[in-house]
Amino acid sequence: MGRDRFRVQALRMAFVTASWNPLGEAFYRKLELYEMSWSIRDGLRDSLVAAAPYGGPIALLREPLRHSPSSRPQLEIYSASGIAITSFPWKSGPVVHLGWSVSDELLCVQEDGSVLIYDLFGSFKRHFSMGQEVVQSQVLEAKVFHSPYGTGIAIVTGSSRFTLATNIEDLKLRRLPEVPGLQGKPASWVVLTQDRQTKVLLSIGPELYILDNTSCTAVCPPGLSPHAGSIVHMSVSFSYKYLSLFTDSGHLWAGLSNLQEKLIEFDTKKTDRPKQMLWCRRPKSQQPSVVLMWERLLLVVGECNDTIHSTLTQNPIFPVVDVSFLVGELDGVRIINSTNQELLQEVPLVCQDIFKIASMAPGALLLEAHREYEKSSQKADEYLREIKEQNVLEKAVQQCVEAAAHEYDPATQKSLMRAASFGKCFLTDFCSDHFVSTCRELRVLNAVRESSVGMPLTHTQFKQMTLQVLIDRLLFRQFYPLAIEICRYLKIPDYQGVNRVLKHWASCKVQQKELSDDAIARAVCVKVGESPGVSYSHIAAKAYECGRTELAIKLLDFEPRSGEQVPLLLKMKRSHLALNKAVESGDTDLVYMVVTHLKNEMNRGDFFMTLRNQPVALSLYRQFCKLQEQETLKDLYNQDDNHQELANYYVTVSYREKRLESRLSQLQNAVDEYNKAKNDFAAKATEEEMRLLRFQRKLDDEKGAGLLGLSLQVTMETLLSLGLHKQAEQLYRDFKVPDKR
Amino acid sequence: MAAHLSYGKVNLNILREAARKDLREFLDKCAGSKAIVWDEYLTGPFGLIAQYSLLKEHEVEKMFTLKSGRLPSADVKNIIFFVRPRLELMDIIAENVQSEDKLHSSRDFHILFVPRRSMLCEQRLKDQGVLGSFINMDEYILDLIPYDGDLLSMEYESAFRECYLENDQTSLYHTAKGLMTLQALYGTIPQIYGKGDCARHVANMMLRMKREFAGIQNQILPVFDTLLLLDRNVDLLTPLATQLTYEGLIDEIYGINNGYVKLPPEKFAQKKQGEASKDLPTEPKKLQLNSAEELYAEIRDKNFNAVGAALSKKAKIISAAFEERHNAKTVGEIKQFVSQLPHMQAARSSLANHTSIAELVKDITTSEAFFDSLTVEQEFMTGVDTDKVNTYIEDCIAQKDPLIKILRLVCMQSVCNNGLKQKVLDYYKREILQTYGYEHLLTLHNLEKAGLLKPQTSSRNNYPTIRKTLKLWMEDANEQNPNDISYVYSGYAPLSIRLTQVLARPGWRSIEEVLKMLPGPHFEERQQLPSGLHKKRQQGENRTTLVFFLGGVTYAEIAALRFLSQMEDSGMEYIIATTKLINGTTWIKTLMDRPESHAA
Repeated sequence: MGRDRFRVQALRMAFVTASWNPLGEAFYRKLELYEMSWSIRDGLRDSLVAAAPYGGPIALLREPLRHSPSSRPQLEIYSASGIAITSFPWKSGPVVHLGWSVSDELLCVQEDGSVLIYDLFGSFKRHFSMGQEVVQSQVLEAKVFHSPYGTGIAIVTGSSRFTLATNIEDLKLRRLPEVPGLQGKPASWVVLTQDRQTKVLLSIGPELYILDNTSCTAVCPPGLSPHAGSIVHMSVSFSYKYLSLFTDSGHLWAGLSNLQEKLIEFDTKKTDRPKQMLWCRRPKSQQPSVVLMWERLLLVVGECNDTIHSTLTQNPIFPVVDVSFLVGELDGVRIINSTNQELLQEVPLVCQDIFKIASMAPGALLLEAHREYEKSSQKADEYLREIKEQNVLEKAVQQCVEAAAHEYDPATQKSLMRAASFGKCFLTDFCSDHFVSTCRELRVLNAVRESSVGMPLTHTQFKQMTLQVLIDRLLFRQFYPLAIEICRYLKIPDYQGVNRVLKHWASCKVQQKELSDDAIARAVCVKVGESPGVSYSHIAAKAYECGRTELAIKLLDFEPRSGEQVPLLLKMKRSHLALNKAVESGDTDLVYMVVTHLKNEMNRGDFFMTLRNQPVALSLYRQFCKLQEQETLKDLYNQDDNHQELANYYVTVSYREKRLESRLSQLQNAVDEYNKAKNDFAAKATEEEMRLLRFQRKLDDEKGAGLLGLSLQVTMETLLSLGLHKQAEQLYRDFKVPDKR
Repeated sequence: MAAHLSYGKVNLNILREAARKDLREFLDKCAGSKAIVWDEYLTGPFGLIAQYSLLKEHEVEKMFTLKSGRLPSADVKNIIFFVRPRLELMDIIAENVQSEDKLHSSRDFHILFVPRRSMLCEQRLKDQGVLGSFINMDEYILDLIPYDGDLLSMEYESAFRECYLENDQTSLYHTAKGLMTLQALYGTIPQIYGKGDCARHVANMMLRMKREFAGIQNQILPVFDTLLLLDRNVDLLTPLATQLTYEGLIDEIYGINNGYVKLPPEKFAQKKQGEASKDLPTEPKKLQLNSAEELYAEIRDKNFNAVGAALSKKAKIISAAFEERHNAKTVGEIKQFVSQLPHMQAARSSLANHTSIAELVKDITTSEAFFDSLTVEQEFMTGVDTDKVNTYIEDCIAQKDPLIKILRLVCMQSVCNNGLKQKVLDYYKREILQTYGYEHLLTLHNLEKAGLLKPQTSSRNNYPTIRKTLKLWMEDANEQNPNDISYVYSGYAPLSIRLTQVLARPGWRSIEEVLKMLPGPHFEERQQLPSGLHKKRQQGENRTTLVFFLGGVTYAEIAALRFLSQMEDSGMEYIIATTKLINGTTWIKTLMDRPESHAA
C-alpha cells in the first residue's frame, strides 16, 4: 500500500476539489449552476430583484422608483436559469419591495401599502392593502418572509410603525406597538419567527429592540463590544435560528437568534454597509458561516473549531466581478449575476470524506476500487480487500450513495453510484431501497435542473420541500408533461400524482380563451378520461369562474359524482339539468334538494310543469307534500288530472272533518272524482257510505244509538242488539247485504 | 357476544366491527358525558350493533326517546340525537333545542343521522333557526345490519311500500350504498344478476357509484362470487302463504322483532312445586333468537312437524349426558363432567324454552281454524277454484276474522289466479267495506296499486304455467327429511328461491319464458376485478352468492336458502340480505292506510 497510490487518487480527484476552499475545519465550494439565459443590458444595477428560495423564479423591476408616466418601469419574470417567462410594463404605483410567496406568486408591495399579487405568468390575481393609514404615511420598507404559517409581509411606514401579516392567504393585519424614539425607518430590521410568534428585531444606533404584539423591548446580544458602533445591517438564517449583525465600524457579530449565545465576532475592517449579508449553512453544518457581499467583494466568515476563544478566520476568497444578487437557501447561498449563477455551500461532510485529498474513508476507497475495476486492474481487489478487512463495506456503499446525492454534476453522480453498485455486489444482505430511491431522485433532480426548466434544487432542498411540492411547482410553471413523467417514473399513486397534474392542466386549459368550448371539452375529456380522482366538477367550477358557463355544463356532464355535479348546476342556474342529474343519481336527498330549490325559484305553474316531466321527482315531492303540505298535494293531483288519487285525497280529508255536513261534502267530492276516474266501484261504495252516514245520523238523533262511523255490518248488529229490527231490516234491503250470518 | 356472526361462510362480524368502530369514533368526537336521544325506530337495529355497555364505555349516561317538548333534565355535557333523516323528526329536534336554550346553555348538541345525512333536513334545521346549535353533525352509515351468521337486514320496514306505492326509491339508494360498503369490506362482487325494476335500478346505481369511487381500486379478494337482486314483487305469493318452519311460525304467531320475540309468560313460569299457581309472571317473556343458541340453530329451519321429534331426541341426549355423572368415578372424570356442566345447563334451559315455545305453537297449528285456512291456501297454490268466490273467505268475513287474515287470503287468490274477475273482486271488496268499514277503501286501493289485488285483464292465467315450469308445488314434500325446498311450506316451493336455485343450476336461460311472465326485466352485469384478484378455486370449493331481497324476505325463504346451502351437491353457499324480515301480516300492515278520524 504505497503512498504513490494515493497520489494517483489525489490527482484524479483534483477536478472535484479544485473549487474547494478551506474555512477552519470545513471546506466551502462554489458550484456553477447555470450560464444565465437572459441578456440584461445593465446587469442587475438599479433593479429591484426578488428570487424565490428553493431554486424559484426571479423577478426584476427596473428602476422601480421612476415615476415619469412616459417610460414605465418594466417588470420581468425569469426562471432561475434566466429563461424569460414574462415581462410587462408596470402601470401601478411605485413599488417598494418584491417578494415571492410559497406558491410561486409574485407579491409587489407598493408605496401606498397595497400589495398586488401576480402569478408566475404575470397575470394579476388579486390585491390587498396593508392598512388605510399607510396610504398617508407610505411604506418605507417591506419584507416578505416565510414561516410555517405561510408567506407573510412586514412593512415599516413613514410614521415609524410596523404592520405584519403572517399569512397572506388568511389576511390578518397586526399593527405592532410604537417604537419609542424611532424616527423614520430603523437602520436595520428583520422578521423573526420564534416560539410560534412573529416578531420584528430592529436597531436604532447601537441599540437592539424586539418588537412583538404587545411591547417593544431592548435587548443586548451577548459579547457584542459596546464600542462596536451602530448596527447597520442584520440577517437571520433560513431557519430563524441564527442572527448576524453588522455595525458601522465593520464589526460582525453572529450568534443564536434568541440572543443566548455568541458564535462569531469579527472585524471585517470595512466600514461601508454590505449590500447583502446572509447566513450560509446547511443542516448538520460543521461551520455555520455568514456571507457578506459588497460591491466587489464577497466575504465568508466562519467560526473556527475552537469555540471558547472564538478565534476567527477570514477568507476573502471569492472575487466578485459583476453586480450580483444573493439568494439564501436552506443549505447554501445562490449568487446570481448577469451572466451566471453559482451555489456557494459548505461541502457536505460525506463529500469531504470521499474527495478530500488522501482520504482513507471507506467511500473513498470504494470509489477508487471501482475505478481500478473499470480499468480491469487487479488493484481493485486490493482496495476492496482493504475495505472488507475493516468491515466497512456497507458504510462505503452508503457514503457513495449519500455523496452522489449531494453532487451536482451528473458525471460525478454516476461514478459514485456505480461505485456503490459495485460495492453492494459484495454484500450479502444489503437493503438497496436507499440506493434505488436515490437513483430515482437524482434522475428527477437532474431533469428539473435542466436549464430549460430551471430549478436548481439540491438534494437536501428537495428532501425538505418534498416531492408533492416539487410537482406543485412544476404545475405552477405549467410543465405538465414533465410533471406527469415524474409522477409515473416515481410510481406515485395516480390520485396523488398523475391525476393531480391532469386536474391542474384541465383547470388551466379551460381558461384558454382562444379555444372553443367544444374543443376544450373534447381535449379535457380525451386527456382526463375517467381518471379517478380528477373532479370534473372542480374543472367545471373553474370554467364557470372564468365566465364559461356552457363549457362548465359540458364538462359537468362527465362528472360521475352527482353530489358535486348538482350543486354546481344549481349555482349556474341550470335547474332542469340539475334535476335530471339528481334523478339519475338515485340519491333522493339530492332530488329533494333540487326540488326545494326549484320551488323557491320558480312560480308555481312552471314548478309543477317541471316536475311533471320528472316522474321520480314528482312522486318524491308528493311524498313530501303528504307529510308537510296537504293542500299542495291536492293541487298537484288536480294539475295531473289524477282523479283516482284526488278522490283518495278527499276520502282522507273527510275523516278529518268534525261536522257531518263537511264530511259528506268531501265524500261527494270523492264521488265526483271517482266517477271521473271511471272507478265505478269506489264511487258506488262512497255513495253507499254517505247514505249509511246519513242513516246513522238520523238514528243517532232519534234514538241515541251511537252508530255514526260504524261499518254496515256492525251497524246492523248494533241495531239488532238494541231491538231495532225494523231499521236493521231496512238496511239489509237498502244495501243488498248477502244472506250471510 | 356476536360470535355467531363469524361462524358462517362469510365472516359478517367484520361488518359489525366496522359499524362499531364508526360508532365509537363518533361518540369519542363528543368529549365528556353524554345523553342519547333516540329516534325510537332506531333502537332495535342499533341493538344488533352495540349493547348499552358499549355506549356506557363511551360515557353515555342517559338515554331518552325523541319526543316533542322539552328534553328531560340530565346532568351531561352532550346531548346527541340519533335520528333518521326525516323532516318531522327535525321539527321535534328543533323544538327540543329551542326550549332547552333558555334553561341551560352549557350543553352541547350533536346529531347523528342514520343512515345518511340529508341536505333537506339540514335545511329544515336551518329554517327553524337551530342549525347553528349543533357542534357535530354526522352520518352513521348503517345500511346493512348483520342479523345472523348468514343474514343481513337493513331493517327498513317501509321499503316495499315506498317503492311500489309511492315511487320513492330512497330505500334502493340506501341498498346500493350498503352494497358498496359491503364490497369495500368483502371485495368487489364480480357477477350481478337481477330480476325486477328495483333490482335493475339498484344495479345501475351500484355501477354508477363504482365509477365515482373509481380512484380507489379495491384490492380485497372477493368473498362473494355472485350477487342476486330480487324484487319482492317478482314473487308476491310467498310472503302471503303461512310459513311452516319453526322460526317462520314463531314469527307468524308472535312476531320476531330485531331478533327478539315476546311470548306469553304462562308457559315459562318457574315450575316450583306448590307455588306454581300463585304468581304467574305477567310480563311477556322476551327471548333472543339467533344461531348463537345451538339448539335453535338446529331446529329453526325445520318444518314444524319435524320439530317435536328433534326436541325429544335432544332431550334424550341431554338427560343421557346428565346421567353420565353416575358413571363418573375417578376425580378426573368428575372434573371433566363438572367442566361441561355450564354448557349442559345452558342446553337444558334452551331445551326447556323451546319445548314451551313448541307447545305454544302446537296449540295453534292443531286448531281447526289454522288447518282450514292452510287448506284454502294450499288449494289456491295448487290452482283449485281460484276464479270463484271462496266460501271459506266469505265465512271468515262473516265471522269478522281479523281483516289482515282476509286480505292475505284474498290477495293470495288474486295472485294465484293472475287477477280476479271483476265481479269476484268487487264482491270481496264490497264485503270487506261493509263488514270492516268504508275506511279500508284506501287500503284496498293500495293493494291494487301494489299488484296484490287486481282485476283479471289478460285472458290467460299464467300462474299454472309458472307453477309447473318452476315446480312450485311438490305433492310429496318430505317434512321430516326434506329433499326439496318445498318442505318449508309443506308442499309449496317459494318462487323466489326456485329462481335462485335455477340460477345456480342450470341457469336462467332455461326458464326465459317464465322470466318473461314475471314482472320487470332480468339482467346480468359483470364487474371487472383488478388483475391478480381472480380467485383460483380449489376443487370442490363452494361458490358464494349473496341474495338480496328488495322489499323483504320471510324466515321460510331463508330456511329454504339455508337448506340449499347445506345440500351436498349444490356447490353454492347463500348469504341473505334484505330490506326487512317480513311475514304476510307485517307486510300487509305496511300497505294499509287508515285515515285518522277526527270526527266526534
